[in-house]
Amino acid sequence: FRTLLVLQVENVKLLDRYTNRKAANGTLYLTATHLIYVDASAEVRKETWILHHHIATVEKLPLTTAGYPLLIHCKNFHVAHFVIGQERDCHEVYTSLLKLSQPVKPEELYAFSYNPKMSKENREIGWKLIDLKVDYQRMGIPNDYWEITDVNKDYEVCNTYPPEIVVPRAANKAVVIGSSRFRSRGRIPVLSYLYKENNAAICRCSQPLSGFSARCLEDEQMLQAIREANPGSPFMYVVDTRPKLNAMANRAAGKGYENEDNYDNIRFKFIGIENIHVMRNSLQKLLEVCEMKSPSMSDFLTGLENSGWLRHIKAVMDAGVFLAKAVKDEKASVLVHCSDGWDRTAQVCSVASILLDPFYRTFKGFMVLIEKEWIAMGHKFAHRCGHLDGDPKEVSPVFTQFVECVWQLMQQFPCTFEFNERFLLEIHDHVYSCQFGNFLGTCHKEREDVKIFEKTHSLWPFLLQKKQELRNPLYRGFTAYKELQPNTLPFSFQFWCGMYNRFDKGMHPKQCVLDHLLSCVSQKMKLEDNASELENKLPCLDGPSEACSLSKVGSAASKTPMLNTPQDYEAEPPPGLSNGASAGDLDVVSDVDQKHTEISCHRDLHDLNDTVDVLDSEAKDGKPQHH
Amino acid sequence: MLRSSQPLTGPNRKRCREDEMLLGTVLEEGERGFIIDTRSAQAAKQARMTGGGTEPKSSYPQWRRLHRPLERGRPLQESFIKLVEACNDASISMDRWLSRLESCRWLSHVKAALSTACLAAQCMDREEASVLVHGVEGTDTTLLVTALAQVILDPSCRTLVGFQGLLEREWIEAGHPFHLRCARSAYSHARLKQEAPLFLLFLDCVWQLSRQFPFSLEFSECLLLTLFDNAYASAYGTFLCNNEKERCLCKVKESTHSLWAWLNQPAERKKYLNPLYSHNALVVWPSVEPQSIQLWQGLFLRWIRPSQYLDEAWAEIQRLAESN
Repeated sequence: FRTLLVLQVENVKLLDRYTNRKAANGTLYLTATHLIYVDASAEVRKETWILHHHIATVEKLPLTTAGYPLLIHCKNFHVAHFVIGQERDCHEVYTSLLKLSQPVKPEELYAFSYNPKMSKENREIGWKLIDLKVDYQRMGIPNDYWEITDVNKDYEVCNTYPPEIVVPRAANKAVVIGSSRFRSRGRIPVLSYLYKENNAAICRCSQPLSGFSARCLEDEQMLQAIREANPGSPFMYVVDTRPKLNAMANRAAGKGYENEDNYDNIRFKFIGIENIHVMRNSLQKLLEVCEMKSPSMSDFLTGLENSGWLRHIKAVMDAGVFLAKAVKDEKASVLVHCSDGWDRTAQVCSVASILLDPFYRTFKGFMVLIEKEWIAMGHKFAHRCGHLDGDPKEVSPVFTQFVECVWQLMQQFPCTFEFNERFLLEIHDHVYSCQFGNFLGTCHKEREDVKIFEKTHSLWPFLLQKKQELRNPLYRGFTAYKELQPNTLPFSFQFWCGMYNRFDKGMHPKQCVLDHLLSCVSQKMKLEDNASELENKLPCLDGPSEACSLSKVGSAASKTPMLNTPQDYEAEPPPGLSNGASAGDLDVVSDVDQKHTEISCHRDLHDLNDTVDVLDSEAKDGKPQHH
Repeated sequence: MLRSSQPLTGPNRKRCREDEMLLGTVLEEGERGFIIDTRSAQAAKQARMTGGGTEPKSSYPQWRRLHRPLERGRPLQESFIKLVEACNDASISMDRWLSRLESCRWLSHVKAALSTACLAAQCMDREEASVLVHGVEGTDTTLLVTALAQVILDPSCRTLVGFQGLLEREWIEAGHPFHLRCARSAYSHARLKQEAPLFLLFLDCVWQLSRQFPFSLEFSECLLLTLFDNAYASAYGTFLCNNEKERCLCKVKESTHSLWAWLNQPAERKKYLNPLYSHNALVVWPSVEPQSIQLWQGLFLRWIRPSQYLDEAWAEIQRLAESN
């Protein structure tokens, strides 16, 4: 990476919660896209890579005896605490990182310069990997009641919806257009998921512009059409995922919620998930808890409670469960909305789909789900994830919460997802990395305008390539489980250490079961291949003895006991007792997470063409930093 | 590693030459040892008023005393009861749940027990020093520490057979009063003075180790649950009475069957083995960060939520491990 270097600084220490001043001296490199810290002091060279786009904040901390500290908080919850020997170096790194981590224009995003070795055809094929029409077909659409319409092909109905949406056949163009005038941002009720078994549907939209008393015939007809598309149920649910008070307050602004008196045969319900500001603050508090140095159990649990984070996760999950139950048990269709129908609505529809349909628990299905409910249907990724320098009040961990709901389900149902936790973490990383075009902007139209399909790559082929590491070795197959009925009592929700303390390796189990099981699975497949190969070659031989020895080698290697060192078990260490935390744990088996990021970044970096242009084009004015 | 009960120093700072000599023989000339007292410094000092006390530095110059207060007795039983109540509350909100989990302090006790055991292990493994552990009677928190320290230090204690041997040695023969401590468990209205879940706390700590080192214990969670069950109510005589003397008087060995004999039958034994086990010759140092310590759902939620999906996962793990 030397050729693309922006800055190189020696005498830098990387501290973590276990090492103190005994940390070794290393070198810090800044490239156009990454910060790379190299510690070559021990036998094993250790590299720490941080993508500039992942950096949320950079702070200079007060001077210490060890040097000039720089604290970097990342959007994927990596916290890097550097101590730089020279003040001038520290300041240079600080100002460079401020510039590099906060692009102003969309063209500055990594996706537009990321250029792996891939043919133009393959890149285009990558974008065609996910076709939502195929998923609708899987649901049986088009059918007697539902059709895929192109009424929005020029975004006349709704400029944040995709060109093709699914509406009831009974809803003609006039109804669609009329309804769009009565819904916030024109986000009319459209189909999210159809439960084939009983024709109940999950639909989504935004809040009606009802104010205190406004009505709209077409909107009422639209809901009627949705209800009648499910003849098996006399009523349908309309679910407002906001707290009642917030929804009522919206009425004063000419918006609000559906009046049961005006819409025939609807049952209206508030679910009460808090808004983006509450969630942003909740996460902030949670991260503060995660960063506490040596907290007591009480400190931790109290902090966790005060953040409210798990309470919010439960609220999203409860909503998903309600939808799934309504559809499966009550056979009733559900129309979901929040305010603009692209935050809580997306979360809740996605969770419900996963609960109902095992397809969305496969690799392909999960990608389809995200493409459908988040990407196609519009979600302000750019704002929520702070891709560009913008309003900090728009930032909120909406997608993060959805990913966590999936993880919580994985804990309760370990055999039902085709993929593992790492898959979720990779997707989450890339929602923020802007390395791929899928999550740029806010909606399909915007992505078309910025030409992501011509100029950037899709994330999905990249992930599918790594399928072997991202799969769940305990997956029991597509047909093993149908609907999931999770336990939603509070004790069922665990703190996700792998996400929020992901980079605090000492906190995680010291031995990785996932790796071992994955190697068992691949061993098994290799052995089966070998065995059949051998059988074909030498039909007279008695039994696959070679295969047996192969398996022993494999398992021994993956189960090599990991050297680990004791942490500081003292509140106050008694004099004379060494605290055992030696400078740098011997990472004999280096953790896979770090390696993943490293390997993928290495490849990307080597394949980057000249990205110096990106830096030249940036704003030269010293914009005051605030994230 | 040694264990004992508290020295009977008393308010007049009595000395006992024989006791000093006994501890003296453990250490070489110039060597240092550590005394881990499972009472707070203040509690240990107050114990003198009732005839107990601590080892004065002047009489035991080679020994350095460390205080690591561990909960025992009624407060520990209350902690257990409160946790079980919280788990059983079906109408509880998330905030209330976390609040009760915190206020019952069970996980704090787990953290403290693991930390103290690690301290003892550190003294031996890192400082290469001998350790004496005692609390008041030497029958509760003392045994918790010594037994746990051995699981941490000694790979043979992590085998199925070795673990049983450890239990026999450090809990049963050492005189943990099972009959008194494991009388009624968490649901009983009779709040017995002598009841306290030290043994459960030990099992919980071992479970935490198995979670952090999934390959390093030869036995599974199933064994730990079986031990918990049998400590409170058993068809076998293994956990009966309070000490060896009582067992002799009650003729336990003549009149009852041994749990170990049952467990170790080839057909039974399979159930208690960890399919992921791979001998680990090293010391296993657990993390005692709050994020690393979890509620033992397999025990505390055992009858509250179905384990079907987790059982299926274990069956898969077994299948994969066996096919390897």
